[in-house]
Amino acid sequence: MSKMTLHLKIWRQKSRNAEGALEDHTIENILPEMSFLEMLDVLNEKLIKAGKEPIEFDSDCREGICGTCGLVINGVAHGPQHLTATCQLHMRTFRDGDTITIEPWRAKAFPILKDLVVDRAAFDRIIQKGGYVSANTGSARDANELPIGKEYADKSFDAAACIGCGACVAACPNASAALFVSAKVSQYTYLPQGHPERYRRVLKMVNQMDEEGFGNCSNHGECEAACPKGISIENIAIMRREYVKAALRAGAAVV
Amino acid sequence: MQDTNKQSVVPGAIESILSIFDSTPGRKIITGLSGLGLVGFIIGHLAGNLSLFFGKDAFNAYAEKLHSLGPLLYVIELGLLAVFVFHIVFAITVTAQNKAARSRGYAVKGNAGKPSRKSLASQSMIYTGLLLLVFTVVHVWMFKYGPGINQGYVADVHGAPARDLYRLVAESFQNIWIVLGYSSIMVLLGFHIRHGFWSAFQSLGAYHPKYTPLIYAAGILLAVVLAVGFIAMPVYIYAFVKV
Repeated sequence: MSKMTLHLKIWRQKSRNAEGALEDHTIENILPEMSFLEMLDVLNEKLIKAGKEPIEFDSDCREGICGTCGLVINGVAHGPQHLTATCQLHMRTFRDGDTITIEPWRAKAFPILKDLVVDRAAFDRIIQKGGYVSANTGSARDANELPIGKEYADKSFDAAACIGCGACVAACPNASAALFVSAKVSQYTYLPQGHPERYRRVLKMVNQMDEEGFGNCSNHGECEAACPKGISIENIAIMRREYVKAALRAGAAVV
Repeated sequence: MQDTNKQSVVPGAIESILSIFDSTPGRKIITGLSGLGLVGFIIGHLAGNLSLFFGKDAFNAYAEKLHSLGPLLYVIELGLLAVFVFHIVFAITVTAQNKAARSRGYAVKGNAGKPSRKSLASQSMIYTGLLLLVFTVVHVWMFKYGPGINQGYVADVHGAPARDLYRLVAESFQNIWIVLGYSSIMVLLGFHIRHGFWSAFQSLGAYHPKYTPLIYAAGILLAVVLAVGFIAMPVYIYAFVKV
């Protein structure tokens, strides 16, 4: 396989409040079968050998299922390949001599900690408000003991595919978290296990989302296109319906 | 709704209902509903104005018919004004929050591709909207509060003297700059509706894998029909009507 030479423009920022800037690097001998993160590993090894500080970025499973990694590559969250997290993006997607700009997720609610690493604790705080079922589940139930319609099971399963990476926020022109929150709301909406806390859940989670300083959803639909799991914006519509129903039942948007 | 952790003060009824519309889904419901209301008005406005093509008498008779509604017309106008105000105020506050949610933008801007519906139209809603606001003010000032019977614009409608609105419209559109200005604003109206129409349905929670593509296509069709319909009038008058 032919080796590639790439010109990288990478966001460097020392700390949360420091002023950051794009830094130029040229990297040689990149193999097309390397993943994007492996390419950055090669660059970091080079930097460490030269006595320079390596570039900080998040990653964990590197199998596209944990939601830890996430970079904005040439202006697109998780890069140019659809339904693919950054770790599963391979260098064969690029061409020899390409210039690649790498930036962190940008949102007020996701402050940059260092270089390409952002603090996504805002998502955790939203989940803490109701992204769970608070009943004791005990051991696994027998299959088909609790009948659930196929179409509802499918909808819930599709929503539950969300890995919480935050690409929806990064891709949204308004830095809205509507896709993430709606996926976490609607994965329970149609399941009997989620039903008792259905209305409380949506009110609390939406309130927390608003408090974190995410933007409003303007229905651009860019989130769905950037999502490595292809979560549909249908979930956002479901969340809105659930929210209105819940608010009217409670007589207020505050629980 | 029970919450054992929090013993907060129970808010009053009005406060409670208002809190719904202070949330991100609530604000979009207001923007969407008022937007659909305005689309309804615009369709009616175009349908009525098409009487222009049937000549002076038809157009003036239509205008006089509206005027003869009297107090009802004031109620309709006030309602319309309220819808306008809600749409504008919520759109501006929503946009301000969106700008604040990302203080520093990306150095490189990209598009994730399908199924994204991000477009020039969807990203310029606030700009097309504000220009339409300026246009609306000028438009109302020019025609509604323009010269009438007292300034000699008198027509004969069913044997009685009425305002000759046709003459005012025909005279105004003799000016090529007014024709061009109107036409360009109507293109922006088309852009605004192209994203706004389907987006209003989505804001109201109306999404369906089968119907949403139809609503989206209907929005594009509506945008083209409205823009072309409104542009046809000044162009027709400039080209074929001499005063």
